[in-house]
Amino acid sequence: MIQVLETYKRSPLSLFLRIAVTFAMLVTLVTMLFLVGYVLVQGIPYVKPSLFSFHYTSENVSFLPSIFTTIVIVFGAIVIAGPLGIFAAVYLVEYAHRGNKIVSLVRLTAETLSGIPSIVFGLFGMLFFVTTLHFGYSIVSGILTISIMILPLIMRTTEEALKSVPDSYREGSYGLGAGKLRTVRSVVLPAAIPGILAGIILAIGRVVGETAALIYTAGTVADFPKGIFSSGRTLAVHMFELSHEGLHFGEAYATAVILMVLVLIINWISNVIASRIEKL
Amino acid sequence: MKLKKWNNLKEKTMSGVFLLSATASILFVALICIFLFANGIPAILKIGVANFLFGREWAPTDEPALYGIFPMVLGSLYVTIGALVIGVFVGLLSAVYLAKFCSEKIHKKLKPAVDLLAGIPSVVYGFFGLVVIVPFVRETFGGSGASILSASVLLGIMILPTIISVAEASIRAVPDSYYEGALALGATHERSVFFAVLPAAASGITAGVILGFGRAIGETMAVILVAGNQARVPTGILAGVRTLTANIVLEMGYATDLHREALIATGVVLFAFILVVNLLFSILKNRSRI
Repeated sequence: MIQVLETYKRSPLSLFLRIAVTFAMLVTLVTMLFLVGYVLVQGIPYVKPSLFSFHYTSENVSFLPSIFTTIVIVFGAIVIAGPLGIFAAVYLVEYAHRGNKIVSLVRLTAETLSGIPSIVFGLFGMLFFVTTLHFGYSIVSGILTISIMILPLIMRTTEEALKSVPDSYREGSYGLGAGKLRTVRSVVLPAAIPGILAGIILAIGRVVGETAALIYTAGTVADFPKGIFSSGRTLAVHMFELSHEGLHFGEAYATAVILMVLVLIINWISNVIASRIEKL
Repeated sequence: MKLKKWNNLKEKTMSGVFLLSATASILFVALICIFLFANGIPAILKIGVANFLFGREWAPTDEPALYGIFPMVLGSLYVTIGALVIGVFVGLLSAVYLAKFCSEKIHKKLKPAVDLLAGIPSVVYGFFGLVVIVPFVRETFGGSGASILSASVLLGIMILPTIISVAEASIRAVPDSYYEGALALGATHERSVFFAVLPAAASGITAGVILGFGRAIGETMAVILVAGNQARVPTGILAGVRTLTANIVLEMGYATDLHREALIATGVVLFAFILVVNLLFSILKNRSRI
């Protein structure tokens, strides 16, 4: 202890640097705790049964319809982007040869996609699905737009999961006389399932929290959608509308609580699954 | 014999399907570029490139209408730079702490906390800004509170996890021999980390900062709730601003004709910013091999 103090006396800069990094970490941690704690403490008292009423009126501001819409959009997006992303990753990891031109182009575009802000996806969805394909502000437009948005995420996590499967698995399968497809389907993919699942759950979290890509594609109708070609708002869009209007602050608080808890649970599940793999 | 043929066919079909799926992202990027540019660029040309990019007045309902997005370009840049000042300072130091100053046990507790920050939806951030940061700024510095300062603080918090995770990864990627060499020369732990390890991680850290820049400039919903959204050239740090992203969302609901096209063109400008940012990021990332 005294020795440590001696060192700092000789080099005050070292002491300063240590204090600075510890302070920064504390700021990060306290910000996180304050944010989550504040929303929970302020919001939980506003979570009341009328918010779960079956029909939305401007009186009860029920978010049950938007929870339903969220589930539909999450389901649709995973059904589309899930297989597409997994297949694409299978191609990149299992089929493509080194130095393949297509592979580098796929990687470049996937990276570009993951860097595009969600509002640009929203604009594209509005121009392409809503206007050009005449889907209108609808659940379909929302699902298609958000599928493109989560595609690179699913591709990347699946790729990592496939890469972590040891080559001995593949060699064993080939050694037993299985073909490429059989090896991928019966040996590699099953071994990579936890990693793929973690990625998909992470993608679900992204969809649940998304606003900008949905507001001009799925629209903002607050009640239950009547079909996939009618408009509906997800919970996050609902939350944005409430806080932007500024008329229903209590309800906005309650929605924030539900939304945050939902996304944090989803991310936590994804983390748990991912850390299981590390242990294997 | 028949079975073999059938198997061959199946192999071929599926590898075709995999290849096709892989090319989907190429198709999507192409579609996004085509549709944005085709709908946005005619409007820019009609308004005039200089009038559009450097026009200081945005008054789409005036007669004649004025479509200058210079205030929004400035707004986006101010808010993003403000976010970087806060986010980089706190984020980089936190990353150093996580990589070099804490035990494995503490790291296991802190890392999930940082990841948790990354998972919170942007609307929830925006709402938090609206009910905590905006009133705080209003009471401390006066004005309405919805300002560049509020937006910068909020975005700074939002990009923290991005900067922390990229910076931590690149600090950890520096070979231990750098650190040990500095120690052997008599430097303290802190000096070794800051003057031997950090410079070696510079390009990775810069890549993280650029990624944070991209996140901040593309953020929409959170900014709308705290920035005030006045479409004029900001006069100070406490003045309200409107960003490029906010401009699109706020007016797209009722815009028609040239006004609508001008909003799409705003998206094109944002998209161009992002493409440059992505390019820089991938160059730096390849250089630092993280």
